[in-house]
Amino acid sequence: MTDISTNMGRRAFMKGSALVVAFSLFPQYAQAELNAMGLPQVLNKNLPGSLKSTPWLDAWIKIERDGKVTVCSGKVELGTGVRTALVQIAAEQLELMPTEILFIAGDTSLTPNEGFTAGSHTIPDSGTALLHAAAQVRTLLLEGAAAKLNTDAGNLTIRSGKITSPDGRSIGYGAAITGIDLHRQASPASRLKPLGSYTLIGHPVHRLDIPNKLTGGASYVQDLRLPNMVHARVVRPPVKGARLISADVATAERLPGILKVIRDGSYLAVAATDEWSAITAMRALTASARWDGGGTLPEPKTIHASLQALPAEDIVILDKGNINTPKARTLKARFTKQYLMHGSIGPSCAVALLADGRMTVWTHTQGVFPLRSALAELLGMPDEQVRCIHTEGSGCYGQNGADDVAADAALIARAIPGRPVRVQLMRDQENQWEPFAPAMITEIEAGLDDSGRISHWHYELWSGSHNERPGNAGKLVPAWMLSKALVPSPSLPMLQPEGGGDRNALPLYVIPNAHITNHFLPRTTLRTSAMRSLGAHINILSIESTMDELSSMAAADPVEFRLRHLTDSRAQDVIRAAAQQFGWEHRNKQRNRGFGFAFGQYKNLMAYVAIALELEVQPDTGKVNILRVVAAVDCGQIVNPDGVINQIEGGILQSASWTLYEQLQFASDGIKSIDWSSYPIMRFSRVPAKVEVKLLERPGLPFLGVAEAAQGPMAGALANALGQATGKRLRNLPLAGPQLRS
Amino acid sequence: MTTKINLNGIAKTTDSAPSSPLLYVLRDELKLNGAKFGCGLGQCGACTVLLDDKPVFSCLTPLAAVADRRVRTIEGLGSADAPGPLQAAFIKHQAAQCGYCIAGMVMRAQALLEKLAHPTEEQIREHMEPNLCRCGTHMRILAAIHEVAASGVLHAKKGLK
Amino acid sequence: MRLKTKIAGLCTIAVICGIAALTWALQPAIAPISSAAPMTNDPQMLTRGQSVVALGDCMVCHTSNSGAPYAGGLPLRTPFGTIYSTNITPDPETGIGSWSLAAFRRAIRHGVSRDGHLLYPAFPYIHYTQMTDKDIEAAYAYLMSRTPVNYTPPDNELPLPLRFRPSLAFWNMLYLRPGERQTVPGADHQIQRGHYLVNSLGHCASCHTALNAIGGEAKAMLGGGTVDGWEAPSLTTLGSTKVAWTAKQLESYLRTGLSAEHGAAKGPMRAVTERLAEAPQADVEAIARYIMSIQVTADAPLQQTASHNMPTQQGATLFAAACASCHSASAPMSASAQRPSLALSHSVNSDNPANLIQTMLGGVPWAVPHSAIYMPPFADVLTDEQIISIAQYIRADIGKLPPWQDLPQKVVHARKEIHP
Repeated sequence: MTDISTNMGRRAFMKGSALVVAFSLFPQYAQAELNAMGLPQVLNKNLPGSLKSTPWLDAWIKIERDGKVTVCSGKVELGTGVRTALVQIAAEQLELMPTEILFIAGDTSLTPNEGFTAGSHTIPDSGTALLHAAAQVRTLLLEGAAAKLNTDAGNLTIRSGKITSPDGRSIGYGAAITGIDLHRQASPASRLKPLGSYTLIGHPVHRLDIPNKLTGGASYVQDLRLPNMVHARVVRPPVKGARLISADVATAERLPGILKVIRDGSYLAVAATDEWSAITAMRALTASARWDGGGTLPEPKTIHASLQALPAEDIVILDKGNINTPKARTLKARFTKQYLMHGSIGPSCAVALLADGRMTVWTHTQGVFPLRSALAELLGMPDEQVRCIHTEGSGCYGQNGADDVAADAALIARAIPGRPVRVQLMRDQENQWEPFAPAMITEIEAGLDDSGRISHWHYELWSGSHNERPGNAGKLVPAWMLSKALVPSPSLPMLQPEGGGDRNALPLYVIPNAHITNHFLPRTTLRTSAMRSLGAHINILSIESTMDELSSMAAADPVEFRLRHLTDSRAQDVIRAAAQQFGWEHRNKQRNRGFGFAFGQYKNLMAYVAIALELEVQPDTGKVNILRVVAAVDCGQIVNPDGVINQIEGGILQSASWTLYEQLQFASDGIKSIDWSSYPIMRFSRVPAKVEVKLLERPGLPFLGVAEAAQGPMAGALANALGQATGKRLRNLPLAGPQLRS
Repeated sequence: MTTKINLNGIAKTTDSAPSSPLLYVLRDELKLNGAKFGCGLGQCGACTVLLDDKPVFSCLTPLAAVADRRVRTIEGLGSADAPGPLQAAFIKHQAAQCGYCIAGMVMRAQALLEKLAHPTEEQIREHMEPNLCRCGTHMRILAAIHEVAASGVLHAKKGLK
Repeated sequence: MRLKTKIAGLCTIAVICGIAALTWALQPAIAPISSAAPMTNDPQMLTRGQSVVALGDCMVCHTSNSGAPYAGGLPLRTPFGTIYSTNITPDPETGIGSWSLAAFRRAIRHGVSRDGHLLYPAFPYIHYTQMTDKDIEAAYAYLMSRTPVNYTPPDNELPLPLRFRPSLAFWNMLYLRPGERQTVPGADHQIQRGHYLVNSLGHCASCHTALNAIGGEAKAMLGGGTVDGWEAPSLTTLGSTKVAWTAKQLESYLRTGLSAEHGAAKGPMRAVTERLAEAPQADVEAIARYIMSIQVTADAPLQQTASHNMPTQQGATLFAAACASCHSASAPMSASAQRPSLALSHSVNSDNPANLIQTMLGGVPWAVPHSAIYMPPFADVLTDEQIISIAQYIRADIGKLPPWQDLPQKVVHARKEIHP
């Protein structure tokens, strides 16, 4: 086994605000690092979607002799409904029913490598690939059938696994494709079905996975039960960097049901024949464990000032016109956001098996291929001997503990070869060790000219890393605790046009003079990574709150003010649609109530969302009642309209919870948000009274990613509505609390 | 030592330690998937089952406490082919995103609808408060519960066990 | 003295009392104010009023479970029946919107409503009467600035004789001493302030003093009482608990609802700490310091017993599954969040198991959405027999104290009363 010492390949030297990185001798890791989506290299740039990196048709679609059709994707089901949507796309073009397809996603042995399922890229990248691959396979099926039936392809009808000639002779898909090698590169152009013929795409097909989840069917990695499986639990240190001095391993090993205690340096875990015994032993080990040292966390009360004082890489992402020309009226504002927790309802879980020299890991990671490489490095095994199979977990909303617990499972499985090992983190472990959404600061100074148009826009933001996914094995928490500890490779900024902390920092509005800087903080004490919409949450809140204040200064209606600064007609359409559906023109301000409006196009590239809402603040208690939310959405060609509405509703509620209530609790000696009582999120009592989502139909237009598109606009609308309800501009998240009392 | 419990109307024997929480007995020994581990602290409701018609956190219910009280899990409400009223309503409203919380939601709602014929929106929200959904599916969950409440079918069934 | 004289004397006294009571009972109405009367815009007065109302806990009683703040409708279960709190929002029709300052002051000082009827002493006017004029004025200004809510609370559920309001006049004669109190001679400013707050606004004695048969506060002031099935512990023997309270600990407990050395505020006290979190810190410090200054010498705390012959195996088994995830020493709540061991909790150490039973049955509810102490309820999880087992185990094996003799009956009774 290769001895992997402290990873010498990654050393970063900070000089003031510059970052100099010495790259390792492993170029494939370097490429993955630069590539924030974990994507393999482009092989044919003329192909649509993920076909660029995986151009072979049979990587996506296989047809057996007996006609069974298997469709593969590198993008996985995170609970967003994409599994069903991708099946709809493939089934549509293949003229099959969704139930006639075997769909496999996220398996390093079986599926394309599409990097991470993240960034709302699934439908644009995988959906587009499948749309074209399936269409091209249909064309080939028709060609094959035409040859075998001795007729023109144009005369044939194709439906549900059968291709029929006008005279009634038919042939199955399996026979039709015989002799045609699907192992060929896709063509740049496809013969897609006419839009008017769609019976699946654009229709609210019921999700394929929901009935199982509602009737106790096995659906999650947490439900996986393999023969001879053992249950394991891990013991994490009280704080990052603490060293394990001692633990009463002997007593723990004698507890009922215990098979083995695994100790490697400061890494401690226990395996048992049943789950409750593992938990009991874990508690005993935790009680007896003695730790030393470990880092100190920053003072929470001054966290934003501390962050702004850290060494930063200053990236100017927009420099337009002249920010220093005189302005008629200006406003200045500073916004802050606390660290947030993903808070997956089901703590992360993985199952691993080392058998015959191969390690198989069932995991809910967002990226089976990058994880596989990291685990291979961790274990000192070649990539080909490690297989990662995506199996659903609970919603992750970005990088949660999934990759870390996969590493735990692999390490423990290595110690118990031949038996599957199931590890699940406890609630406090998931909470304390997941990579948080970074705390951020934004500062803005904006100006109007005499005609009431925005003339100047100076914007800066500070943020730590939004991407700590493996990457190298050092990104995995368990690797930090081994006697031969690994360190994570340096954190890198995610560059525009997608961005990380600076995602959606560029307003879509037309502004003649603008200067926008992303102060990327490569080293922050708390571990952070991507959470749904990344910087867009606070950036869109900051932009939209400022738009509101500017519209007030210009004595203009907030909706009309936004329209006057946009040239993108689709942006204007969603804004008008939301305003109209809400009845914005007829709104009537009442005591303690406020209206808010906000707009954003996710990454300025993906779905357009506009939101109007009304809320009420109870001055005696500070309670916020969200009365009515109306959202209008344009995501291009819609695959599953109900799926889109579900995601937007979910994004609206989740963003409301983040924006109004959430903040990570910590102190110098550790993360204090160990459970839901120390990290409260929205419950039924605080959920809005009414949410409406209006979808704009854009048949035939490219798919635009939509799953994260509501986070920013909802935050902006809330900030604006609270401003009107209380008469005070609130800029420090979370917005609800004693400051709403009056 | 073996313990007998009444699970979904059927007598089951378990070998788990009496000090095990019911959740692990259901999942690990009896191989049921519905009740889930979310926190083990009674704070999220992913493990909700019914004990003598009352919703309880199975993660905090000792096996030793169950005795001859009736345990009901989502598996006892219906199957994918023959879903119970709440399961059917949740499917109709597509009231799930990741779906991890959903079995717990259904069990808690089942208890309410068996007890109250026409709960108000406020009563439903208050009753469901112990259960968390991180994906934000609440609007659909409420809509599904309202639909079954309006039909009154669960309240009518009460007492016919 | 001869019997006839005695009787005559008694009759005379009775007649005089009766006349006095009747006089008291028949209070005139105070004219309603027009709703156009301007309310104060004075920010200092409003800030002061906000503190006064927080310290006085007005919202706690005058808000129902899911009702609007100050709109009333909260059922107060007294030994005599259920009384619903009134609407004190400035709604002119159903609240106090038509009350002048004079009417408000009369209610506070004398327990008389604007229209002249006597208020039930569930409203602690025997304490509020000690408020200064300035505080009453500030409270009035603040309450009048609240959002008016049109809401009529349910009718009280009292036996017929008690619905006859003038009978309260007699009770007032016995227990109401209207007006501000003298300051404490020779005490420093903080003690004076604490004395004022505890006795007037805080009305601590309303819960923390035992009530006699007709609902008057008994002799042992702040010596402990019962509210809604909960024990309101003695506040005069805090220095004699297993870990003696200090003023600093008490202040922290009152302001945050949690003491790192003693445990969490539960039951009715929880809401009090939520209001005190809104009050000026200096005031809470004064309350704490004053309370610690009126301590009496108590009996020594019960001796711990290192061993016992109680059968606690069943309790231990149940505790391991139902309680240990939070309450064992290695549980994250204990280890990371530094919650005190059950061994230090008043609920475990008290002679009275009421609070432990109430907590086990009903838990500590969510105070969403702000970070808060929470415990799930076990009324539906555990039978009476199982609750008794666990309580016995906690008392003996964790608290290391002699068993409660009346535990089983108290568990059965508590469930019937509060969780039927």
